[in-house]
Formats: sequence, structure tokens, C-alpha cells
Amino acid sequence: MHEMGIANSILEGVAAELRRRPGSRATKVGVRIGELAGVDPDALSFAFEALTLDTPLAGLVLDVEYRTVRSHCRECNREFEVRNFELSCPACGGSNTERISGDELEFAYLELEDMESAKPESADRASAESQPEDSEVRKNEPCAAGRKSPE
Amino acid sequence: MNRVPLEGKVLNENTRVAAELRDRFREHRVLAVNLISSPGSGKTTLLEKTLETLPADSRVAVLTGDLQTENDANRLKRYGFPVRQITTGGTCHLDARMIEKHIADWDLGQLDLLIIENVGNLVCPSSYDLGEAAKIVLLSVTEGEDKPLKYPSIFFKSELMVLTKTDLLPYVPFDADAAIANARRVHPAMQVIKVSCLAGDGLREWMNWLQQRKHAFHAELSQPA
Repeated sequence: MHEMGIANSILEGVAAELRRRPGSRATKVGVRIGELAGVDPDALSFAFEALTLDTPLAGLVLDVEYRTVRSHCRECNREFEVRNFELSCPACGGSNTERISGDELEFAYLELEDMESAKPESADRASAESQPEDSEVRKNEPCAAGRKSPE
Repeated sequence: MNRVPLEGKVLNENTRVAAELRDRFREHRVLAVNLISSPGSGKTTLLEKTLETLPADSRVAVLTGDLQTENDANRLKRYGFPVRQITTGGTCHLDARMIEKHIADWDLGQLDLLIIENVGNLVCPSSYDLGEAAKIVLLSVTEGEDKPLKYPSIFFKSELMVLTKTDLLPYVPFDADAAIANARRVHPAMQVIKVSCLAGDGLREWMNWLQQRKHAFHAELSQPA
């Protein structure tokens, strides 16, 4: 259960991007998570919500694109989804295959809106000041969804 | 509304610090290995046997991670090598920053081998790169042989699986061949060593593996970039 730490890292990434884009407010962040990344999407969403609750980023939507394990067959050149760790190519039966995806833990996109369309006060707070400070405090969060946010 | 692409890994900061550590380990030719398993699979016991077997002039150091207590470091210190405990205070894995902090005053030039014993946990440590050259997963025969399928991430990322407590095989319903086959379903190139720290079986093979891995690491370093 290290999803709390990972959710926090996502929020740090969002805060860093917002610092580069003054005047914007984040509404949605997309991440890609592979089946082999060892991260549970539900636990991550729960942690993400818990960390943003009552903060300037409250309401920020987390969009998890879950990536299954995919392989490429070097024999017949097909790409296929690996189910139940069956590594052989389902088309030609060949075993000379290489994994091409499935261990992602990476950012995909950020959706932003201009501050004018957001409540000015909350957008202001979201942009720069409070977020990095919050992140700092939460850096050593235990993985279990234990501690409450400091404020 | 405006969508912008976001680049990079989610664990950006950890990845950055781990890359710095990896550079330092390479610069000083220190083979760093990261031992990962469930609690109670025998990481500390394997380390005790390892330190006991190594010649006294070996240039080895150990970092050992736990949520609380200095117990493991105390167990390992009596072999005379530098050992440092990392107590995470609740965090269920080691991260690169903790390694950086705990080796800050060590002279890496005096080391050939750094063994990092991660917090006992088969899930979370697999996401955190510590700058190591190799991850090693331990699986004891008192666990299920389907562990590699239930927790594929760490088996996918480890280059060696040490099957521990093999002296208990006559007493437990554990199919070692099935466990190895499961590990290789997740990671076809997985190397496997069966070890009993109590009976001594497999320890020589384990020590040889470390030695050969060090040679492979040095050979890799002398390749032109």
C-alpha cells in the first residue's frame, strides 16, 4: 500500500506544472499505470482523493489509464495482449516474444482551465504557494492510508 | 479547457536521485544489490550467512531497512563490516533519498559491494529504484508457490530469485518446481538459487553468484558508453 506516496508524487507533478503555467487551474490529471507496476488503481484513487480533500486541488480528477501487459512476437511480428502470463504468441504459437508495455508508472496529460473561469480565490491558492508546502509535509507519508493532512 | 501533455515518470524525484546514486556506484565500481521479499522470508539470515562467509578483508557494506528497531543492524554488525540501519518510521519501502542520506558519510571508494536489505514487503519496494545494479527477490518455501503470479511486479523486475528455507521442504506442501516455473512465467530469464541457511545448502552457489555478478558489473563498466 504505497499508493499514498504515489498519489502525493502525482500531486507534486501537477503543482510543478502549475508553477510553469501561472493563471491556470488544473481540473484533471491523466496517468498511465501498467499491470506490472505494482500499483492498485482503486487504492490510488482513494489516496488521491484523501490527499486533495480540503486543499486547493480538491476536485481535481485523476484519470488512470490502466495498461495491460503487451508483447511483440519476433516470429510473426504481431502484437498481442499477455493474459495470465501466457507469453507465447497466440497467433503463431512462437515463444520468441518481447514485452513492450505493462510496467508504466508515468504522467500522460494535464487538463487546465483559465483562472477567470475558476473561482479566483481557490485558483490563486492552487497555483503556487500552498501546494509545495503541503507536499513537503507529506513526503514521508506511510503507505497505508493512515495520516490526515496536516492542516 | 486546455489539455497539455505531461512528461516523465510519476516517481520523478525518486528516479532522479536513484540515477545519481547509480552514477556514483558506477564511478566507484560498487555493485549495489537490493534484496526484497515478504517479511520473514529470511533476508537477514541470508545476510548473516553471507557476511560470515566473506573473507574479513572484503570491501562490503550493508544497509538494512525496517519500520522500527535497530535489531537487524545489531544482528549484522557482529561480522565486522559497516552496517547501517534505516528505520523508515512507518513507510513500507526504502526510497532513493533514504539511501543517499544513509551513505552520505561513507567512502564509496572503500567498497566493492553494497547490499541493501529492503523493508519486508513484496509489493511497494518494487516501485522504488534505489540505484542498484540488481534486484534480488527471496521466496521462502513456507509461502505459496503462486506468489510470483500474485505479486508479479517484483518477480518481473528481479534478476535472481533465492528460494529460501529449503530444509523445510519435506515438511511443507510446497512445490519448488512449480514456484520456479511461476517465476519464469512472469520473468522468463529469472535465475534461481535454492538455499538453506540452516543446513548450508546453496550458500556456495549464492556466494558465487555475487562474485560473478560483480565481475559482470565491472565488465559492463569497462565497455565504452
